Amino acid sequence: MKIKHILITSLLGLCASGAAAETISVKITNLTQGLYFTPLLVAAHSESAHLFEVGSEASEQLQAMAEGGDISGLATLASSVGAVSSENPAGGLLTPGASTMVMDWDTGSNDRLSIVAMLLPTNDGFVGLDSWTIPSEAGTYTIMLNGYDAGTEANNELVVEGSGAPGMLGIPANPGGNSGSDGTGVTTEEGNSTVHIHRGTLGDAMESGGTSDLNSSIHRWLNPVAKVVITVQ
Amino acid sequence: MKLKRIALLTAAISTLSFLTACGGDDDDDTQPTPEPTMEPTAEPMRSFTIELKNTTNAQPLAPAGILVHEAGSSAWSIGSAASAGLEVLAESGSPADFVAEQSALAAVSGTEVLVPGQSVSFDVDVAESSSMSLTLASMLVNTNDAFTGVSDWDIADLAMGESKQVSAHIYDAGTEANSETAATIPGPAAGGEGFNAARDDVDFVAMHPGVVTQDDGLSSSALTEAHRFNNGAVLIRVTRTH
Repeated sequence: MKIKHILITSLLGLCASGAAAETISVKITNLTQGLYFTPLLVAAHSESAHLFEVGSEASEQLQAMAEGGDISGLATLASSVGAVSSENPAGGLLTPGASTMVMDWDTGSNDRLSIVAMLLPTNDGFVGLDSWTIPSEAGTYTIMLNGYDAGTEANNELVVEGSGAPGMLGIPANPGGNSGSDGTGVTTEEGNSTVHIHRGTLGDAMESGGTSDLNSSIHRWLNPVAKVVITVQ
Repeated sequence: MKLKRIALLTAAISTLSFLTACGGDDDDDTQPTPEPTMEPTAEPMRSFTIELKNTTNAQPLAPAGILVHEAGSSAWSIGSAASAGLEVLAESGSPADFVAEQSALAAVSGTEVLVPGQSVSFDVDVAESSSMSLTLASMLVNTNDAFTGVSDWDIADLAMGESKQVSAHIYDAGTEANSETAATIPGPAAGGEGFNAARDDVDFVAMHPGVVTQDDGLSSSALTEAHRFNNGAVLIRVTRTH
């Protein structure tokens, strides 16, 4: 450890303007009892890049992730601005209560960390971390993540197959299989079209009918929805 | 720190010598005072005051189970099944089994329910140890199996007089479905059953999703809008006093 510090210090001395390369590990835990995370995008990037920003309209790529779980657009975007990414570290859905790791990850000169994944079952809810500064000092750092609403789709809470396509209204899937059907729809409006903290799911207690296809006793949540432990080596 | 320990040790040894001398005076001289075969040692101690404040609107907190232990053991973890003691604590409010099943340097069980807005404090003496963590759990009594607290929270770095505090999250033990019916909630809002050994929920601990209540469409719920909560059920403040 000490030797490494000295080496880094010497490098900084030789090249004062360059940021030091860092190797980190990132552990992500789904803290909820009833929500699934679609494939995660974990990106290390420069200060000027963002996967999303609260109060700004979602990009097309963010919309595709938040409504359908598709991270390919965001990953391409990130790579085009020099980011290094770990795509889908959990190898599919991160189930309620489960954890996944990105191990021994060389972030190069990128010193900001962002994370996104869609929350299922929601219309356009996602778990997010926006441009967290990776500390240069070795150690273990814990942060808690909130659920966000992309602001791109009304939260009607109806499970509709194929509705993961951007702009198609509905929740594309409920992996837990514990939702209802034939709801009339909670709302047709999304008042805030910018990214904001998700107000949570309403749900109802009816298997069939009611306004929502979701179960109010199972599919609600309180923030935080994820815990992230970053180890800087 | 080292100087202080030596000072304390010296003081303790002086006290012991004094007591031995006194005892000698009372002997009837026919029995020689036995020579001590070992040097008396004074165990260095740390003392903490643990203050709890109920920060909910209408969720009384059951008597807390409090453990100071060596770092590295968690009384619960996200995604894993609750222990038997934690199940009892989260469903009935009783901390006894939870405290009994953990190995600890010091353990305390509360005796009173802590009502919203009120505070309570506990003084805990702990023998010196290379690491020291606090684990604390308490049920939100107007729920099926919600509890709040901290697990394996490092308190070893507290210097004398120093404090640290945390606003604790609310967890769901995952051992009882959140039906919210009067028959299944032991708190004053319902007066129903506490512990039931059947596990009819997901059977892993995670963050609590909140209560729905009868005012938000769950007609079978014994709870009202007043029983809803958000994260931050108890403010835990630990102060090192010795």
